[in-house]
Amino acid sequence: MSDKVLMKGNEAIAEAAIQAGCRYFFGYPITPQTEVAAYMAKKMPKIGGVFLQAESEVSAINMVYGAAGAGARVMTSSSSPGISLKQEGISYIAGANLPCVIINIVRGGPGLGGIQPAQSDYFQATKGGGHGDYHLVVFAPASIQEMVDLTSNAFDVADKYRTPVMIIGDGMLGQMMEPVTFQSKETASLPEKPWATTGTKGKREHNIINSLYLNPEDLEKNILERQERYNTIKANEVRYEAVGVEDADYVLVAYGMTARIAKNAMATLRKQGIKVGLIRPITLWPFPTEIFEKTAKTAKAFLSVEMSMGQMVEDVRLAVNGACPVHFYGRTGGMVPTPDEIINEVKKIGGVL
Amino acid sequence: MEKVFERPKALCNVPLHYCPGCTHGIVHRLVAEVMDELDITGDTIGVAPVGCSVFAYNYFECDMHEASHGRAPAVATGIKRVHNDKIVFTYQGDGDLAAIGTAETVHAAARGENITIIFINNAIYGMTGGQMAPTSLAGQITQTTPYGRNPKTQGYPIRMAEMLSTLDGARYIERVAVDSIKNIKAAKAAIKKAFTLQMQGEGFTMVEVLSSCPTNWGLSPVEALEWLRANMIPHYPLGVYCDKKLEG
Ligand SMILES: Cc1ncc(C[n+]2csc(CCOP(=O)(O)OP(=O)(O)O)c2C)c(N)n1
Ligand code: SF4
Repeated sequence: MSDKVLMKGNEAIAEAAIQAGCRYFFGYPITPQTEVAAYMAKKMPKIGGVFLQAESEVSAINMVYGAAGAGARVMTSSSSPGISLKQEGISYIAGANLPCVIINIVRGGPGLGGIQPAQSDYFQATKGGGHGDYHLVVFAPASIQEMVDLTSNAFDVADKYRTPVMIIGDGMLGQMMEPVTFQSKETASLPEKPWATTGTKGKREHNIINSLYLNPEDLEKNILERQERYNTIKANEVRYEAVGVEDADYVLVAYGMTARIAKNAMATLRKQGIKVGLIRPITLWPFPTEIFEKTAKTAKAFLSVEMSMGQMVEDVRLAVNGACPVHFYGRTGGMVPTPDEIINEVKKIGGVL
Repeated sequence: MEKVFERPKALCNVPLHYCPGCTHGIVHRLVAEVMDELDITGDTIGVAPVGCSVFAYNYFECDMHEASHGRAPAVATGIKRVHNDKIVFTYQGDGDLAAIGTAETVHAAARGENITIIFINNAIYGMTGGQMAPTSLAGQITQTTPYGRNPKTQGYPIRMAEMLSTLDGARYIERVAVDSIKNIKAAKAAIKKAFTLQMQGEGFTMVEVLSSCPTNWGLSPVEALEWLRANMIPHYPLGVYCDKKLEG
């Protein structure tokens, strides 16, 4: 399938997963990601796959753990409160070095919060969320086409590094429709998983899927081995988009839908003669540190724009490392920053207002 | 000389870590003997719990998963949905199955998930040092019920075999004990029946095994078995609670 089709973000994720060879989906209903599950429920039985509505997000993620250990390409999706419930399972999946893909269509929080778009789960996604020394690879698409491409990529990255991968979107991305193209993939080329529990057939030692190492030396060794893989991920998988940063005095930083709004503000400001650029991290973890180090040499200031009270801005500050000021502007609770608000902020920082 | 007793092939040749007189070892042996007799070790995938039997993944020769506390039935569901031609079992304690993992247990049974649960009911949390379990008896003294379990404030002991048997998805549920030769033989027959039904694609099966924890009951191994007989069996009667062909 390489024709353009008009699709809702949530459905596009589901289709992209199926085309990437995912045949197992375990989930629990929650707004605003329900269309992912609904699409899977319709499609999976027709292609010999499994869609299972679990009794909770806790169960769903543990079914993912079982299926991933058994060697399958497997996915779950949820939204913020449900992702909180999945954290224990995600930590075990990371601890047992299992590949899987987790979708978080973020809504406002804390608590039950709201159902409108938000970016307030950045800390949870990038700084752990569950217990222990681990990371998720976190992709943050800004269009439905990118959602499709990154979903496909997410399964490959998960398998290659034996790590859970999260795709983080928001209700806007999940619900809106855009034309997309699917680059159909050879599912036959799925990697071998000699570590998976497929039954020994009496031909090999038993495989054990496990994250328990009572001897601290063994546990440290295991964590260091994983850290090595994280270092390779940092070297190979960082993705970002940078526009107009070479001559920029002011650099906007935003991811996902907020980046599209920031781009809009940037175009207006450029027309007014204010030199503004944009860095859009596509991988939130690993964070694209290098482009910040480079840009900080010539820029006067950075402005992180988020649908949160300031979460990614901490990583921006770490990356800029004091080379120039880093400002923050955010709306939260389901409120979306407008281009005008961003324009005002830049002018304030530049002393134009 | 003829060998009349040996380690089942499905049991790994490693020392088990259980306390002297603990019946976890007996049940491990029964599960392994059944795997040998059905010749299924190469086609079986087991799920170990969090509890004293956490290291069960090191003890069975089949492929194994270690699950987080209480989630073994969900993990087994994930495995079984991927490999529906394999025999998938969980091995869980009472805290694991009937407290933190109650939802996972009930819904695996309600779905008629084609897996087998070996449920070790020893009326206590063994691994964490003897706290009250959901199956601790009224009046039972534990670390967290130092004055005896008072059902009015600490709840009543749960009969899981009876409760799960009310579900339409449950195919076969039996409660057995491992306190005597006769009962151990019956326990093995129940485990074998459960695995066999699973192999025939019949649906959810569970064998609840009344088991002893001499260490945390503060009794000698022999006294522990006597306590089990005198106190647990009257509250948790042995027998088949459900053995029905599933509808649909
Ligand atoms: C989420 C979580 N909570 C608590 C614990 C601590 N914990 C470990 S084993 C256990 C109880 C196990 O008791 P049971 O299931 O009855 O098995 P037994 O040890 O008696 O065989 C608890 C509470 C844990 N490991 N994980
Ligand atoms: S603490 Fe109890 S259940 Fe655990 S190994 Fe010892 S006797 Fe067995």
